[in-house]
Amino acid sequence: MVDRKYIPLLVTIGLFILMFLAGSLRYPGFLSTQVFMNLLIDNAFLLIVAVGMTFVILSGGIDLSVGSMVALTTMLSASLIMQAGWPPAAVIPLVLAVGTSFGWMMGAIIHYFQIQPFIVTLAGMFLARGLCYVISIDTISINHPFYTKMALAKIRLPGGSFISIGVVIALLVVLLAVYLAHYTRFGRNTYAIGGSESSAVLMGLPVARTKMLVYAFSGFCSALGGVVFTFYMLSGYGLHAVGLELDAIAAVVIGGTLLTGGSGYVIGTFFGVLIQGVIQTIITFEGTLSSWWTKMVIGLLLFLFILLQRVFTARTARGRSV
Amino acid sequence: MPFRWRNSHLFWPLAALGGLLLINLLLKPEFFAIRYQNGHLYGSLIDILNFGSPLAIVAVGMTLVIATRGIDLSVGSLVAISGAMACLTISRGADQQSLHLVLGAVLLALAVSVALGLWNGLLVAGAGIQPIIATLILMVAGRGIAQLITSGQIITVTSKPYHFIGAGWLFTLPFSVYLAALVFLFAAWMTRRTSLGMFIEAIGCNPAASRLAGIRSRSILLAVYMFCALCAGIAGLITSSNVSSADGNNAGLWIELDAILAVVIGGTSLAGGRFSLAGTLVGALLIQTLTTTIYMLGVPPEITLVVKAFVVLAVCLIQSPSFRRAIAARGVPRKPVASRQEVSRHG
Repeated sequence: MVDRKYIPLLVTIGLFILMFLAGSLRYPGFLSTQVFMNLLIDNAFLLIVAVGMTFVILSGGIDLSVGSMVALTTMLSASLIMQAGWPPAAVIPLVLAVGTSFGWMMGAIIHYFQIQPFIVTLAGMFLARGLCYVISIDTISINHPFYTKMALAKIRLPGGSFISIGVVIALLVVLLAVYLAHYTRFGRNTYAIGGSESSAVLMGLPVARTKMLVYAFSGFCSALGGVVFTFYMLSGYGLHAVGLELDAIAAVVIGGTLLTGGSGYVIGTFFGVLIQGVIQTIITFEGTLSSWWTKMVIGLLLFLFILLQRVFTARTARGRSV
Repeated sequence: MPFRWRNSHLFWPLAALGGLLLINLLLKPEFFAIRYQNGHLYGSLIDILNFGSPLAIVAVGMTLVIATRGIDLSVGSLVAISGAMACLTISRGADQQSLHLVLGAVLLALAVSVALGLWNGLLVAGAGIQPIIATLILMVAGRGIAQLITSGQIITVTSKPYHFIGAGWLFTLPFSVYLAALVFLFAAWMTRRTSLGMFIEAIGCNPAASRLAGIRSRSILLAVYMFCALCAGIAGLITSSNVSSADGNNAGLWIELDAILAVVIGGTSLAGGRFSLAGTLVGALLIQTLTTTIYMLGVPPEITLVVKAFVVLAVCLIQSPSFRRAIAARGVPRKPVASRQEVSRHG
């Protein structure tokens, strides 16, 4: 018998396989490794951002600033490279540092001044999006040789399919996150704070440091997602990645992580992102369906998963009290 | 005890609004000019009231939801759905100028909004799902529904009676201002002249205790979410009728965030319990004044977001007890400040 705590994760994975199979049965040409690889290529940046969001949600918080942070990263990179003439080797570490310290600062405000994460990261969202427009109101396209090379690079896989550099980065981030979540003190502390912050304090865990690290990690992931997004779009624009925070939160919830914190898996988020990708792919293959069906299906899935979690948590709570 | 004006929860929001108006007075004295023309009043202050009314209406509904320790993220989508529903009905009608048709469309749009509010309420009160998540569903799916109603296009209507809701004038003032005042007075009357307000605060403070005390928290929660959705529906009608069209994609975009901001600036805690409708109104006016000021000063409007970010942070920091304690610890004797906080927290 499978451990009960894995049930939401298994449901997510099962749903992904089911959707992929349904697509394969319905549309010729759907069942190929390249279609699967395209899911990863098109959603690499979302995957990276959602991994950071997983940690924030596991700790019982939320980060609304991720979409704006991605936009700010694209904008900063584009303007530094194209207008200031900086080399990419200096720009990429700089934007990663900006994202990390941005997240770290939000974490510090959340912890030390006890303001709800929702409000602080909302202010962060406004700030990052506004800073994009301070840099420039228009799109800045990038034609630096390094970026075009990264955008066009195809890594051939056995079997004839290929992936992009972004996918490699995203998969590395997932591996790193799995390691962080399950094999380090930082990961255990994050779970503990999400389970009950006051208990974590009483246990003597470094709550302040962990919380700031969680938001810093999310800021880092958003900046890295922004770098990958820059490779993907080859431009910086203040309206890039609008609403990405919702997609990331949806991916985390569909991936089986409890929004109240304390329970969930990074690998679930991976499948949560893939499920959103499959929905989009199916709608593209169908051809007659309009793009807004994506939102409705994701809304429906959110509903189902939240209900499933509700049933699941109610059952464990009852199990505990007996 | 004499009334301590600094202890009033309205002090900080009013001070911020006053400061903003003072900046305008110093930099652009014509900001306060009000002209009387063709029986209508014109001027920046009237514009603030006019353009701020949808936000104020949504924020009033949001205040009650937040007072129950909830939150409603779906109001932006509801604004879009309500406008889309009304415009679709009117555009399908035989005679767009018919008052009956417009009335029917308005009622239908509001009914749909209330039904969606019921859905939110059922998820929160019935299924016991965290409000932020329960309303996230409709926030995501609602945009899709709005686009489904408009078939992804912008529906334009030529109906004059419908245009009146968002752009008409009544007794020298824009009609939408009266709508906002009506919603505010209704909410204030319901919560302060009946025991409903106390029940809402009780649910926000301690749901379990209030249920044991005999408060029917489920029905009150349902009513609160339905009222919030109704407010969003009214705001949606104003927004779409102002431009005589419905845009499923952009109508009411980010209004949920502005509304939550208005509530928080107004001194209502996101942790539930004590709430202030008057504070929310000041908060909504503050946000709209900020936007108008930035336009008036000739600052690129895109920078509004940066200014807004700092205002949010400043207002939240000022309201945060630990921040005030940290500031008080430097210089000012600590004890009186601490005791004043106690008063303000309980008073």
